[in-house]
Amino acid sequence: MARRAGPLTPVWPGLVLAALVALAVTAPLAALLARAGTAAPGPADWAALRFTLWQAVLSTLLSLICAIPLARALARRRFPGRDALVLLLGVPFVLPVIAGVLGLLAVFGRNGWINAGLAAVGLPALSPYGLQGILLAHLFFNLPLVTRMLLQGWQAIPAERLRMAESLALTPRARFAHIEGPMLRAVLPGAAVVVFTLCLSSFSVALILGGGPGATTLELAIYQAFRFDFAPDRAAVLGLLQLTLVGTAGLVALWLVPAAQAEASRGRVLRHWGGGRGFDAAIITIAALFLSAPLVAVLLRGAPGVVDLPPSVWRAAALSVTLSVVVAALVVIMAGGIALAALRFPLLEITALPGLALSPLVLGTGLFLLVYPRLSPEALALPATVLANTLAALPFALRLILPRLQQAVADHGRLAASLGLSRGIWFARILWPALRPAIGLAAGVAAALAMGDLGVIALFADADRATLPLQVMRLMGSYRSDAAAAAALVLVAISLTLFWACERVTRDA
Amino acid sequence: MLDLRGVVLRYPDFTLTADWHLPQGAEVAIIGPSGAGKSTLLAAIAGFEDLSAGAILWQGRDITRLRPGLRPMAMLFQDNNLFPHLTAFDNVALGLAPSGRLSAAGRAQVTAALAQVGLEGFATRRPAQLSGGQQGRVAIARVLVQQRPLILLDEPFAALGPALRREMLGLVRHIAQDIGATLLLVTHDATEARALPLTVLVSEGQAAAPMATDALFADPPPALRAWLGQ
Repeated sequence: MARRAGPLTPVWPGLVLAALVALAVTAPLAALLARAGTAAPGPADWAALRFTLWQAVLSTLLSLICAIPLARALARRRFPGRDALVLLLGVPFVLPVIAGVLGLLAVFGRNGWINAGLAAVGLPALSPYGLQGILLAHLFFNLPLVTRMLLQGWQAIPAERLRMAESLALTPRARFAHIEGPMLRAVLPGAAVVVFTLCLSSFSVALILGGGPGATTLELAIYQAFRFDFAPDRAAVLGLLQLTLVGTAGLVALWLVPAAQAEASRGRVLRHWGGGRGFDAAIITIAALFLSAPLVAVLLRGAPGVVDLPPSVWRAAALSVTLSVVVAALVVIMAGGIALAALRFPLLEITALPGLALSPLVLGTGLFLLVYPRLSPEALALPATVLANTLAALPFALRLILPRLQQAVADHGRLAASLGLSRGIWFARILWPALRPAIGLAAGVAAALAMGDLGVIALFADADRATLPLQVMRLMGSYRSDAAAAAALVLVAISLTLFWACERVTRDA
Repeated sequence: MLDLRGVVLRYPDFTLTADWHLPQGAEVAIIGPSGAGKSTLLAAIAGFEDLSAGAILWQGRDITRLRPGLRPMAMLFQDNNLFPHLTAFDNVALGLAPSGRLSAAGRAQVTAALAQVGLEGFATRRPAQLSGGQQGRVAIARVLVQQRPLILLDEPFAALGPALRREMLGLVRHIAQDIGATLLLVTHDATEARALPLTVLVSEGQAAAPMATDALFADPPPALRAWLGQ
């Protein structure tokens, strides 16, 4: 099919782009390998590896255990605000991590709401730092993701099958065994490996909530080796460890996750004839509070300070917006071009893999080794940030665009070819309308992720070149927590606006 | 006896009323233009739709508030009648024991039901390894072991060709007669409807009282005439 529609879909731009991706990935990788040489990881490095794995396993288990009852409750209940809650589930994915963590600290931190409540009744305070803090933050960011995946699974169960189970009066146990069990078996492995992979390379969370011998991830160790010890050799060794780890998990993810992860539909609620109403209500209430409280906290603490923010914050905001628009444009161009070429050469889809395996910090380390000492790290900060964020968003974009493109070509390719449509008409009138929503969503995700990214920039930035997330972190570090909250609020507002604008403009009419 | 007393189903876009009863063992086709509410009527009798007003009685007992699984009926849908991950045997077994645990006598009963629909030796196959007609037979074997006095069919076997569909319907009727069950069949096929003695015409917001099919088709009212394209 694709071959027959060949003349209408150019292949060479995609091949060139894929080659560029390959070059951008292999050159830093070669530099890492060369620098690491035969150096073996030390005890601290192995400890970081163990902790990275351990927290990722725990985070994944926690997310799955909490997401199953939540998704089940959302799938079977209709209540006022349900649509808003499902919408809220989409927020953490595009929420800048630093802003989310800041919100969590406002709720669970030393002077946060929870501890204020505990102190009022004379209970000891909870610490938001260390392993439990990292797990809490990972739960906040991943619970919504897993819940949405499971919700789709529940909503994809054919209505007739549910009615049949009902008309056969299946016991709750049999109902689970024959209806929900098979769905969970199909969806959970993919969800688990996605969360696991994300948690393996989570940097900002570990940077703020972790640290010390007991709670250092590989990503954080790379940052410290670079920033504090200036030990590029050790950074290279750690980088290779991280690459192996995440690369393996990423490969498994690519293999397990079904290609068409459409958006969770908000409309359909399964008709349900059972009890458990109180349990579902409790789960939904707790989840809604847990997911909204940090956002509300950022809003409440940040709003008063927005007008007094120093100019440096607004300069950083302008820089971040510029970077994220550039990244979004690059991602759309690259994903579009590679997807077109992938119609002919399906293997090209593996171009997405580096984005999954190569964390920004590993890539940054490699790039640094490549140019040092000819260029200063500061000179590298912006180009490396753009590159890292483009590569990171590319897999999402390809996953969104490629299936739609394949569908459009399969549906209309023959007809277009038989009508002898010109290439211009084929693109403008057939492909663009079919791909528009996917492209908008891809651009929105890329822009929001780039806006919130705190990876490469933290590695290289100097005093006068900061992105907004880095500026928030600096304000937090200098204990100006009100200004940090205000800057975080600006960051959240811009990220969500960028995402919303991209998604809105291109939505199906 | 199935008794629909002043049944009203009200939706934003349409309303359906029904007020009639059926003797035990009747065989009834439900026909009408698409969107008129044939399937909705059947779903309401099965308990999948709540009534806006009225009541449904079975043998004089009000079943309006009963959960679908507790109503005295077996139902077949257009598709998705079988669980894809279960064998033919296990799919049929669910009709006998909703918990999935069977006694030895139950196992024999399932085997006999499969034999009766002509599927001896297919017990261990999964739906994907069966043809469309064989899948239909498995679903019918389940109706057989359910032994419910009311059998509801919502355009079943829609994916099958006319000959196979006729064969399946014959098989279901045979089983219904065996257990003395009342049969309700939603269909958009005039030939299928004419094979059954009684017909309910659903149109313009009303499910009319069942009429003798021959008489109805001999002198069709305007709505039926339009549906038939006459």
